[in-house]
Amino acid sequence: MSNIKSFPTSAKLMHWISALLVISLLFVGVSMIQSMAPWQHTAIKMHQSIGVLVFVLVLVRLVNRFFFTAPALPSELSRLQQLAAKFTQVLLYVLMLAQPLSGWLMRNAEGLPVSFFGLFQLPTLIGFNYQAFGVLRDLHGILAWSLFVVIVLHIGAALHHGLIRQDSVLPSMLFKFRSRK
Amino acid sequence: MSNSTNDSTSIIKRYAVIFVLMAGFVLAFLYAAGMFGGRGVTAQQFVNLQENEKPNVSFRRAHAKGVCLQGEFVASGLLAPFTTAEFFQKGNYPFIGRFSIGGGNPTAPDLASGVRSLALSFTSDSGQRWRTAMNTPTVMAVRTPEVFFQQIKLLTPDPKTGKRDETKIKAFFAAHPEMAEFNQWKENYVASSSFATEKYHSINAFYLVNDNGERQAVRWAMVPQAEPQPLDENISDSHPDALQIELAQRLENDVVRFDVLVTLANDSDDENNPTVAWPAERAVINAGTVVIRAVEPQQGSACNGINFDPLVLPKGMEATADPILNARSAVYAESYRRRARESFQQQADSQKTGQQKAGAQ
Repeated sequence: MSNIKSFPTSAKLMHWISALLVISLLFVGVSMIQSMAPWQHTAIKMHQSIGVLVFVLVLVRLVNRFFFTAPALPSELSRLQQLAAKFTQVLLYVLMLAQPLSGWLMRNAEGLPVSFFGLFQLPTLIGFNYQAFGVLRDLHGILAWSLFVVIVLHIGAALHHGLIRQDSVLPSMLFKFRSRK
Repeated sequence: MSNSTNDSTSIIKRYAVIFVLMAGFVLAFLYAAGMFGGRGVTAQQFVNLQENEKPNVSFRRAHAKGVCLQGEFVASGLLAPFTTAEFFQKGNYPFIGRFSIGGGNPTAPDLASGVRSLALSFTSDSGQRWRTAMNTPTVMAVRTPEVFFQQIKLLTPDPKTGKRDETKIKAFFAAHPEMAEFNQWKENYVASSSFATEKYHSINAFYLVNDNGERQAVRWAMVPQAEPQPLDENISDSHPDALQIELAQRLENDVVRFDVLVTLANDSDDENNPTVAWPAERAVINAGTVVIRAVEPQQGSACNGINFDPLVLPKGMEATADPILNARSAVYAESYRRRARESFQQQADSQKTGQQKAGAQ
């Protein structure tokens, strides 16, 4: 077992940025599909652009993952808990990639491109397909709720480690401001 | 580890902290998702009202009956000083379009509807899109989606009794003087015998943006080049598809043309208020000619899959803050979501029956 206690700063930084962005996107997403207010149109544009940002960020995080050794889970944890922890993390990555991808495909199926803050457009992955839009639009909603549930489990587990077990898991993802000399 | 781990009250407190944080997070999300209401009138409520408990599966929830069109916009280039939009630079731009009548019934008699519409969708190779949905009325009856919702609710017969509350309707009309201009239009409007001889209005205003970043508020109208005529003798005016038949006959002989007349607002016009028409003396620019060459039934044609969302705008055009304009976009999206899903379901079902039939042989 390695004695690495903490994630590298790059991983921490990207973790917290994607946490903020993904949670914002989920909240804005479920709100904007109901709203008829003028902010709704801006929200949809921002939702797309930030979705692109998250997609890229998650890809960078995945690549980054190969360049460091993650701190090991506490050995006191049962095999089942270790497996559950790994599984949730993999699921988070899968959902964080599948969700922006389904949004991108859904937009293309509607015959529209995805724009990144009005600066440039993403390539069109699939052509105009009305029925495919029907499926992808539903999928985007289902993935959003799935992602929210997994995030709730992830936060719940992190708080359990931090406040109840008080082991090394939560601090491994926190910035240690005081320990800096 | 700290000693307090063994302290049971401290453990309970910590569990309480976790519980409060998690519950707060989950409840906030459910609130955002509209589970507790309190979000005003939603796009879902609006489309539910349009369906009035009898959705016409896989059809548009509003303007359900229509035909698909093919044609091109021959831009004059006269609007180019006001906008960088690709489709207004001098040239020819193909479109997919749709003529429709108001209402949610896909088999309603054409001539019974009080509103007719023309919608166009432009796609360019450079990735630009423009979609516009125009109606025969010159203005909206009301200013906000909430009031619009109230209005439709009052005018829609109760799904159970089939009746409307006329006293409430009168009270509503009295409470909304902004309806005056719309009502005046309605009184003076005489429906013609053809889709090709109606005038179609953008109703809401938009901004044109030019090279210097200057914004100009505009509305536009498609003004027919053909003169209204009595309905051709060989078409019965009791035929439910009278307008569709008339259009098909007309297109056998010639194309159908509309002038695209764009009205420029001045400082005294409120671009965010769709209930008031701008004075007739405002400058009008002829942006070009819409030429309709072919008509097709909507089922199975390209226009059926298009959501004519008025907020799909090319670079060089922008939305105003008109609340009705934004509400149109939101409501169209919800209608589109529902019918796209239903259409997929129908396709999947018919494939299944097809396979079963093939298997039985």
